[in-house]
Amino acid sequence: MTDSSTALIDARGLRKVYGKPGDKAGFTAVDGIDFQVRRGEAFGVLGANGAGKSSTMRMIACVSPVTAGSLRILGYDSGTDGAKIRARLGVVPQDDTIDTELTVRENLLIYGRYFGLSWKVLRERSTRLLEFTRLSEKADDSVTTLSGGMRRRLTIARALINEPEIVLLDEPTTGLDPQARHLLWERLFQLKQDGVTLLLTTHYMDEAEQLCDRLVVMDAGKIVAEGAPAELIARYTMREVLELRFAPGERQTMTDKCRGLTERMEELPDRLLLSTDNGEETLSAVHRQGVQPLTALVRRSSLEDVFLTLTGRSLLD
Amino acid sequence: MTAMPTGAPAELPLRPGRAWTMVERNLMIYRHTWPVLLAEIFEPMLYLLAFGVGVGLLVGDVPGLGASISYPQFVAPALLATAAMNGAMNETTFNMYGKLTTDKTYESILTTPMSVRSVALGEVFWALVRGAIVSTVFLVVVSIFGLADLPGALLVIPSALLIGFAFAAVGLLTVTFLRSWQDFQLIQLVMLPMFLFATTFFPLSVYPRPVQVFVEVLPLYHSVELVRAAFLGTGSGYPAIAVIYLAVLGIVALAIAVRRLEGTLRP
Repeated sequence: MTDSSTALIDARGLRKVYGKPGDKAGFTAVDGIDFQVRRGEAFGVLGANGAGKSSTMRMIACVSPVTAGSLRILGYDSGTDGAKIRARLGVVPQDDTIDTELTVRENLLIYGRYFGLSWKVLRERSTRLLEFTRLSEKADDSVTTLSGGMRRRLTIARALINEPEIVLLDEPTTGLDPQARHLLWERLFQLKQDGVTLLLTTHYMDEAEQLCDRLVVMDAGKIVAEGAPAELIARYTMREVLELRFAPGERQTMTDKCRGLTERMEELPDRLLLSTDNGEETLSAVHRQGVQPLTALVRRSSLEDVFLTLTGRSLLD
Repeated sequence: MTAMPTGAPAELPLRPGRAWTMVERNLMIYRHTWPVLLAEIFEPMLYLLAFGVGVGLLVGDVPGLGASISYPQFVAPALLATAAMNGAMNETTFNMYGKLTTDKTYESILTTPMSVRSVALGEVFWALVRGAIVSTVFLVVVSIFGLADLPGALLVIPSALLIGFAFAAVGLLTVTFLRSWQDFQLIQLVMLPMFLFATTFFPLSVYPRPVQVFVEVLPLYHSVELVRAAFLGTGSGYPAIAVIYLAVLGIVALAIAVRRLEGTLRP
């Protein structure tokens, strides 16, 4: 447990219920969560769609009021000092909300004005940030000409205009092609090296493993696990996973034959996952049972398997 | 390597109520799209030409206003009041609805220290800036044609600003109730009859008394009275009532609108 005096973000019993106050039929998106984020770390919030990640992020961004519990950010209370907190945060929302009526550079300039920064400071910073996000050549173009990856980079540049201490990223690479994702990860990693605290939500396991020092797994509004990626993998999974695919007609009989071979087995719509300490040995055992998979793959356990173990569901459902 | 922040404390003092930055945003956009404003000025001119001059040739002077007033002189201030109303309403209904729904412009603005109130006030300010430009150009043109007496008619500008404020606030309140783009038809259903009958084209005296009472309640009627008084130097008691009516309407609508927007924008 982190000492709360050093935590940049300190959430205790945090709840978010949508609907009118006192309305019992309200929808509970976040159901009493506790977590602390330390200065300089990259902290991940993992979960499937609807797990409560975005609601949590919106409360931290001080754009959505806390229903119950306490949320302190940078030493301030999120309920009473929202504007002071927002002045020191950078926010990269899930959907790109860049101003489509302005050019690339104008987006940065005007956004900086919302923070009360002078035009002189903004001219210098916008040039530097366009360089940082590799958008210098697009500076005077309309934002409608940007690709998805460029738009996301512009959103990140915009989030950095006030030189924030914490940057919130809500599913930063959703919808981007692999190349664009890697460029984005590289830039985010650079930010982290420069000492900026990152808080990101994702449903991509590779993203969490690449970027996060520590993470929490959310399911149905609750935190179901917390730790470093490697720690979670060690705690909740066996060393390896054997993935089997079957011909559609045979799937049920084959699956039944595999039952009992390993301690844990997950049935996904398209494949069967067997957790094991030795994938090759398990595969031999599978063959001895007379099971003939279309394909068989042995791989190391990942965060995806942690999530499966904890929630019984795939992340990308 | 790029020198990025290393957790330095924010050096800028927090300045709440930065409503003016919303105007800066709009000015930046209008650097690219200023011809839109020309269209807004062109519309009342067109009405003035068609009704004021065209119909004016048929009807001669307008009775019941003391001194002899030509029909173009009667219609011009009403068209200016209507232009001030429409410009402000369009800004806070049509333009704002797009920014609230499809563009999600405010969503990103509100992740900064900007408050919902600053954003709302800022959009109203901008509607006023636009209104000031449109009414000034209109006034200059009609003065050239001898329809308004400068410098007395300069009172038209603050009048147009007050009208702009009232209707920008009403528009802001309206936009919080809109469910879809189709609802704009309903707004038109109110605005068009009001434009036609709020003493724009004929004086109040032509109506039977019960209808007069109905017309006298309309905000555009008071707007027309206000601008007409400034234009013609007539209407002794009316401007005070009109000023109070429009100011109260604007302030009340704005206060309710900001509260409702708070719920919409910070769920």
